[in-house]
Amino acid sequence: MTGNGPLGKDLLGLEPLTGDQIRLILDTAEPFKEISERTIKKVPTLRGATIVNLFFEASTRTRVSFEFAEKRLSADTVNVAASGSSVSKGETLVDTARNLEAMRIDMVVIRHGASGAAKFLAERIKSNVINAGDGTHEHPTQGLLDLLTLRDHFGKLAGLKVCICGDVLHSRVARSNIWGLTKMGAEVAVCGPRSLLPSAIDGMGVTVFDHIDDAIGWADALNILRLQLERMHAGYIPSLREYNRVFGVTRERLSRAGRDVLILHPGPMNRGVEIDSDVADGPFSVILPQVTNGVAVRMAVLYLLSGGRPELAESAKGGGAVAPGAPGGAGR
Amino acid sequence: MSARRAASRSPAAPAGRLLLRGGRVVDPSQRLDEVADVLIDEGRVLEIGARISEGAGEASVVDCAGLVVSPGFIDVHCHLREPGREDVETIATGARAAAAGGFTAVCAMPNTDPVTDNQAAVGFILRQALRAESSRVYPIGAISVGQQGVTLAEFGEMVGAGAVAVSDDGKPVVSAHLMRTALEYARNFGIPVADHCEEPTLAAGGAMNEGLMSARMGLKGIPAEAEEIMAIRDILLAKLTGGHVHLCHMSTRGSVDLIRWGKDRGINVTAEVCPHHISLSEEAVAGYATNAKMNPPLRTPDDVEALREAVKDGTIDVIATDHAPHHYDEKEREFADAPNGIVGLETALAVNVTWLVKPGIIDVPVLIDRMSVAPARLFHLPGGTLRKGSPADVTVFDPSAEWKVDPAAFRSKGRNSPYAGLTLTGRVHFTIVDGRVIHSLQGGTGA
Repeated sequence: MTGNGPLGKDLLGLEPLTGDQIRLILDTAEPFKEISERTIKKVPTLRGATIVNLFFEASTRTRVSFEFAEKRLSADTVNVAASGSSVSKGETLVDTARNLEAMRIDMVVIRHGASGAAKFLAERIKSNVINAGDGTHEHPTQGLLDLLTLRDHFGKLAGLKVCICGDVLHSRVARSNIWGLTKMGAEVAVCGPRSLLPSAIDGMGVTVFDHIDDAIGWADALNILRLQLERMHAGYIPSLREYNRVFGVTRERLSRAGRDVLILHPGPMNRGVEIDSDVADGPFSVILPQVTNGVAVRMAVLYLLSGGRPELAESAKGGGAVAPGAPGGAGR
Repeated sequence: MSARRAASRSPAAPAGRLLLRGGRVVDPSQRLDEVADVLIDEGRVLEIGARISEGAGEASVVDCAGLVVSPGFIDVHCHLREPGREDVETIATGARAAAAGGFTAVCAMPNTDPVTDNQAAVGFILRQALRAESSRVYPIGAISVGQQGVTLAEFGEMVGAGAVAVSDDGKPVVSAHLMRTALEYARNFGIPVADHCEEPTLAAGGAMNEGLMSARMGLKGIPAEAEEIMAIRDILLAKLTGGHVHLCHMSTRGSVDLIRWGKDRGINVTAEVCPHHISLSEEAVAGYATNAKMNPPLRTPDDVEALREAVKDGTIDVIATDHAPHHYDEKEREFADAPNGIVGLETALAVNVTWLVKPGIIDVPVLIDRMSVAPARLFHLPGGTLRKGSPADVTVFDPSAEWKVDPAAFRSKGRNSPYAGLTLTGRVHFTIVDGRVIHSLQGGTGA
């Protein structure tokens, strides 16, 4: 399928999208939320569509979330866990792409360790490609589910103050959040060790806080990034212990703000490093609602890319209705 | 260095008389810029003057009206991949690509497999070049054995076999002590030490210029300072030793400032820039374009501007291609995994004309100085001049002809060019080595 729907053929990142396109995805996700609350969590919207989840990097949460989204839309799915992306490890990505094309699959969800890998694939196959994380570039569905969670809580995104905390340098989640939030009119800040911020961060339209207390004092919400343990060995930070003392989000620090600050985390968490357990499990944490929203957002993306019409999303979730132009319809 | 000269000479019988008629003869080595005829005999320049007769009537006449007749271009920096990667280039295909690009001579970097770090390896390259019967190929020997950065290679024997310089290009000389001793020891043989300036711990894992573009694309950047730190180290070591340090492929405004600083103090530092660094900025890698991936990476528009100015004012002495062919499927991959480098021999003139001459930054005589006269002077090579009696290495080109770059038509085995599909200005019509036409636009590249 070469859908020329409202999102184009692929979802490669949030940077190329307009605010209207992002809003469309979030709005489309709303009716899909309800499906996951049913006893029988399945609608026939993508019946007959074949989707490959191509994961070159280990992932539990994102892969399972995509798989549920696909299955709840009745797509036929195959999971491929390919090892490694380096030159030394067998088949090249271009060969993988050609083989997938030859099997006439409809969509590919790709997670890959190299920035630009999703775009690389999308340029070489006719199938729709969804980026499930490419290197340190973007992770658009994570950004979307973060936006949806924020919008659920605050009722709006425009004017919201969101601080992304931690290893922005190596984070695809941070980039997708920066683009998504700024396009939706939110104010974005980052806070973390300067050694883990891109040196050109000032050009990305965000405020930089050196002190986590200042970030907490400013923000309506914190999106706390996972600190990869290998950053310490690579010399970016001295120790996890100091990281927690200087940048860790603790209940004590939050209480000093004197007001509610919403807590998001893309997972998996290092409890006691970037986030303390009583914050993660506390009253202002929306970490689990993020996961729930992840399925709905991914259903919306799959639906829109497959040619589903946004105004029919409500009916697509019901009974046997299949949106015209959607998989199962003509032209496939 | 008579050995080097004899060895690189074409083995073919000396050409007969050749008359290049009516071209604009531009030879900065003798401050010449006038419409004239050039008569070549027995592989040497016999005479330059207005309306030379055809002598005994046996000279072949080449009509050069409307064309520039220049001392042959010399590229002091290219990668011909042989031995080791004959699938991507050989000395023969590289030499023919050079001929097609107007280069009468090229210097081959030693980062082959095995590394050109001994006299036998140097001899092999010269033998392959003789067989190619095309442009001259001068070997550059390694600075360190195996380019491992530990033990000095045998400069004396390599020079005796025909090496014209030493370099560990592809890698920096990490040890300041090794660089110092290389500069000192190279003085005994009168050769430059060419360094690939890159502070390895700063550049590690980098795939493009560090800046806003790399931050947005999620690619590890290589900061300008990774080059500049090594450039100033090398300049200071040249000051310490009195050796001639030649800085390869400079890419930043900061490097230009440092070279200027060194030259102002009389330090024996020379430098080169590549056509891609004076024509393209990091914007060219947008969309993860692997044919714009190289090391040093394409930098900012401000760096490009500084490099153009430096070519103009002579802070940068020469333009060298860093011709780096790769197999197309090696470039057809994830950006971070794709190899660095682009082919450059067949587009160098046009890129330089399009981005330096056409906008009026430099004129044709300065272009010829940077592509011919200065390379010959810095690396002590024959050529770079059309003085009477000198080897008849000549490039004839049209500085205003437009053509569309089609990598499929390259003589190089490499197709990895960021200029594919672009219409550029400046085209080589004839390349002449030892009075023998080795390339003509109509007839193609011989041998």
